[in-house]
Amino acid sequence: MLCWLLLVWLAALEGQAQLRQVPVLHGPVTDEVGVLGGLKAELEGKLYKLKEEKGSEVAVLVVDTTAPETIEQYSIRVVEQWQLGRKGIDDGALLLVALRDRNVRIEVGRGLEGDIPDLIAFRIIQEQILPRFRQGDIPGGINAGVQSVIDRVHGLDLPPPAQDQGNQGIGWFFLVLFFFLLGSVLASLFGDGLGASTSALGGLAVALLISSLFGALAAALVIWLLVFFRDVVFEALASGSRGGPSRSGGSYGGTFGGGGFGSGGGFSGGGASGRW
Amino acid sequence: MKNLIAVIVGALALVAVGGCGYNTIQQQDEQVTAMWSDVVNQYKRRADLIPNLVNVVKGYAAHEEQVLTKVTEARTKATALTADASLLTNEEAFKRFQEAQSSLSSSLGRLLAVAENYPQLKADANFRDLQAQIEGTENRITVARTRYIEAVRSYNTTVRSFPANLTAKLFGYSMKPNFTVENEKEIAEAPKVSFE
Repeated sequence: MLCWLLLVWLAALEGQAQLRQVPVLHGPVTDEVGVLGGLKAELEGKLYKLKEEKGSEVAVLVVDTTAPETIEQYSIRVVEQWQLGRKGIDDGALLLVALRDRNVRIEVGRGLEGDIPDLIAFRIIQEQILPRFRQGDIPGGINAGVQSVIDRVHGLDLPPPAQDQGNQGIGWFFLVLFFFLLGSVLASLFGDGLGASTSALGGLAVALLISSLFGALAAALVIWLLVFFRDVVFEALASGSRGGPSRSGGSYGGTFGGGGFGSGGGFSGGGASGRW
Repeated sequence: MKNLIAVIVGALALVAVGGCGYNTIQQQDEQVTAMWSDVVNQYKRRADLIPNLVNVVKGYAAHEEQVLTKVTEARTKATALTADASLLTNEEAFKRFQEAQSSLSSSLGRLLAVAENYPQLKADANFRDLQAQIEGTENRITVARTRYIEAVRSYNTTVRSFPANLTAKLFGYSMKPNFTVENEKEIAEAPKVSFE
């Protein structure tokens, strides 16, 4: 039994040692070699903008080598881990460059395969990327390739991107605040139970317009509780403001850390590879 | 009181069935079927590309008749076999399907290797496009096969291990056939080019 465990452990170790690690996804452009320089920020800007406008997630990865795997094997592992593109729409794509291997690949998400078929990916590589790579212009080739993919995606009829998470949060905040204040007034006039229930129902009705049943019910429950226990809430708010400067506005910035990239998109090996 | 007992017994039965791996088996069985249909789709995609490829090659290398006929024959054989999920309960048919596809792979590989000898063919835009599409499809096949292999592996592990094996026996879930390593090698191997 013990020897068997040891065997499994060794096998796992060996497996790890053999394959190249997939880097952690921090944003649209991951340059492990440092070949992009100033272009990195420009590309990231473009790709964030694309995500904002169309919802698609296109990423770039530059590595030294994919050995011992082929570029196709490594590439599919990267996208399986990164999950570029929206869940269910699968509108992600990856441009992978292995500098020392002199290999490049465009991996196309399942949802984009119809509009960027293997043939188009092949042509982008042959006509936009490889000629520049052959002249030693790696950043130029990557830029041209990314631009071609962006142009392609821009022409597509994709489901619109989901509303910004931040805006939605603000919408919920005002909804709850409005009905909480309204409910507090009603509750002091007609009693706790009635006031809380009326405002919760109002909140439910409005929330149903902008959200699912589940979200609306949750909002209604929050409103009801807030109104019913409004004395405690007001007390807490008052003591909070007495306690020192408020800490509002501190929650921004964090959302840009991972860039919200990698939203659950699926891949099935579509795309093309090339060598220079 | 009777109702309460019935509810409790029902809930216990649900938990017990879940604990016996029934739900896991269902899920993984479904997963295997889904992955299988992906494999079949990709093989079909490849089969659809082949007639065009054969035609283009014919235009430049008509006297490579033997290679061309072999591909066409292998394709006919491969597409004649049924490939629905019933294969997954029939080891013999699964093997036949597998052999037909791998023989198509090797004859197709030979055709592409022969094409290397014809510079004009290689420069033909149509040929290059088809080649890119076939390469892409071969990669999809590899990905689909890998995922199928993984799905079957976890399904088979579930069906074999206690206590799910009892549940599996009770409901008639048996092990599913997987791609063998031998085949895997055969497909990965580069086609041999002979200069006869």
